[in-house]
Amino acid sequence: MSSVQSNPSVTNKLSPKEDRAPAAVLKGSVFTLPILKLSLCDLKEIEFDLTQSLATALGFFNNAPLVIDLSVIRDIDEQMDFIGLQALLHKHQLVPVGVQNGTTEQVAAARKAGFAVLTGQTIDKIIENTAQKSHGKEVSEPARQHQEREREPAPTAHGGNAGAPQVIHQPIRSGQRVYARNSDLILLAAVNAGAEVIADGNIHIYAPLRGRALAGVTGDTEARIFCQCMDAELVAIAGTYRFFEDNIPDDINHKPVQIFLTGDQLNINTLE
Amino acid sequence: MAKVIVVTSGKGGVGKTTTSASVATGLAKRGYKTVVIDFDVGLRNLDLIMGCERRVVYDFVNVIHGEATLKQALIRDKRLANLDILPASQTRDKDALIKEGVEKVLNELRKTHDYIICDSPAGIETGAVMALYFADEAIVVTNPEVSSVRDSDRILGILSAKSKRAMDGEDPIKEYLLITRYDPNRVQTGEMLSIDDIMELLGIPLAGVIPESMSVLQASNSGTPVIHDELSISGLAYQDLVERLLGEEVPIRFISPVKKGLFKRLFGT
Repeated sequence: MSSVQSNPSVTNKLSPKEDRAPAAVLKGSVFTLPILKLSLCDLKEIEFDLTQSLATALGFFNNAPLVIDLSVIRDIDEQMDFIGLQALLHKHQLVPVGVQNGTTEQVAAARKAGFAVLTGQTIDKIIENTAQKSHGKEVSEPARQHQEREREPAPTAHGGNAGAPQVIHQPIRSGQRVYARNSDLILLAAVNAGAEVIADGNIHIYAPLRGRALAGVTGDTEARIFCQCMDAELVAIAGTYRFFEDNIPDDINHKPVQIFLTGDQLNINTLE
Repeated sequence: MAKVIVVTSGKGGVGKTTTSASVATGLAKRGYKTVVIDFDVGLRNLDLIMGCERRVVYDFVNVIHGEATLKQALIRDKRLANLDILPASQTRDKDALIKEGVEKVLNELRKTHDYIICDSPAGIETGAVMALYFADEAIVVTNPEVSSVRDSDRILGILSAKSKRAMDGEDPIKEYLLITRYDPNRVQTGEMLSIDDIMELLGIPLAGVIPESMSVLQASNSGTPVIHDELSISGLAYQDLVERLLGEEVPIRFISPVKKGLFKRLFGT
């Protein structure tokens, strides 16, 4: 018996490419990720505030992939312990995937700790950019809304609805998405099936709601949704949601309703 | 000032090319110098519907890539002297449509034509976005069924967000709803969505209702836009549509159910 001979049944050779479907294919895609904005490098302080934010978010961020925003601490003359930060986030069931807006040193340290480095545009910048644009040149109302509308929203890990409400006059159509960050969202035209309206605060829809509405997404359990004609696919307040797969109950179907939380109970009451 | 009108829908098979051919023909019949462009690169059909498939030598992609002049690629309609067809390429794919190239061709056509009709491919990818990007007006073709209405809604969102007019903050694209393959009898029995249902869901002005009719298929197969067929209710409905596009007030016809007579009830349609 020659030792060179190998048993054909145990050969470990990969089959030629033509014979099989590719085992791995690289593809591009776009995701919406929550952002954790840091303003201090002290892990203890971060943990304290994060625990509080997460407590109000009612599991909305459980196992959520997260991007760490360094735009505030980039000016702080202090070293960030990225390995420690990663452990901390994992402990709180968050999955950090990358950092953005860091200095060269911070980015290098983050890379070492296994973070990806992202160069994304946040909603802040977009609004800033649009504001500048409308400053120089009169940008029509619908166009401005659309610019904001088409961007994927980036909810932050802290709540609040302190800003001026965002008012939208045009219908939100299938595939479109609006996010009112730190504010209420007021819609004067329909939210169609397949569309999504999201706000850190309340959502008011003076038209039919046929798509999805998510209020208080950063954990505001006091947030409410009001709509003039209830025909939604999904409604959610602070992470507690209800999905209308087949039929909306007759007593609320096509009626004006308000949607709010009491404890972890989602209520949908008619306004009549 | 030339007008660019896109005929779009999102969903396939709803009647975009039929509509493009008939609208372009109708406008040309009314005396406007018109060109109809096939944006469905790789699956060109407009030349078939217009009955000029054997005369295609150069196409839209050739012009964009500088392999032919616009004059070489434009095909004069066999019936109307003031109607031109710019066919799509059958051998390329939609990535061959470059925004700058499309813009250049459209700008050149704006100088010589009154109306530029862009026949959009189905879907929401490059080809469809290119067809609507430079539009001044849009005819959104919808069938009276749920998935078609949903796709039209999607395309309306894209019109108001990704078109040049939206991006530059100009006046928005003027949107018209066109309901095709409408069968009043099936609407009455609840098999099809009604005009009111569709209008409520989409919320844009209605420019026409084309009734379902055998003559559309016959016209397509014979390479004659159905608007030429003056005996067909679909042809007449397209004439009405063209008049409305030109700003005339024309009542919507052919939308009431037809009662079947005794003979038809006994022997079928």
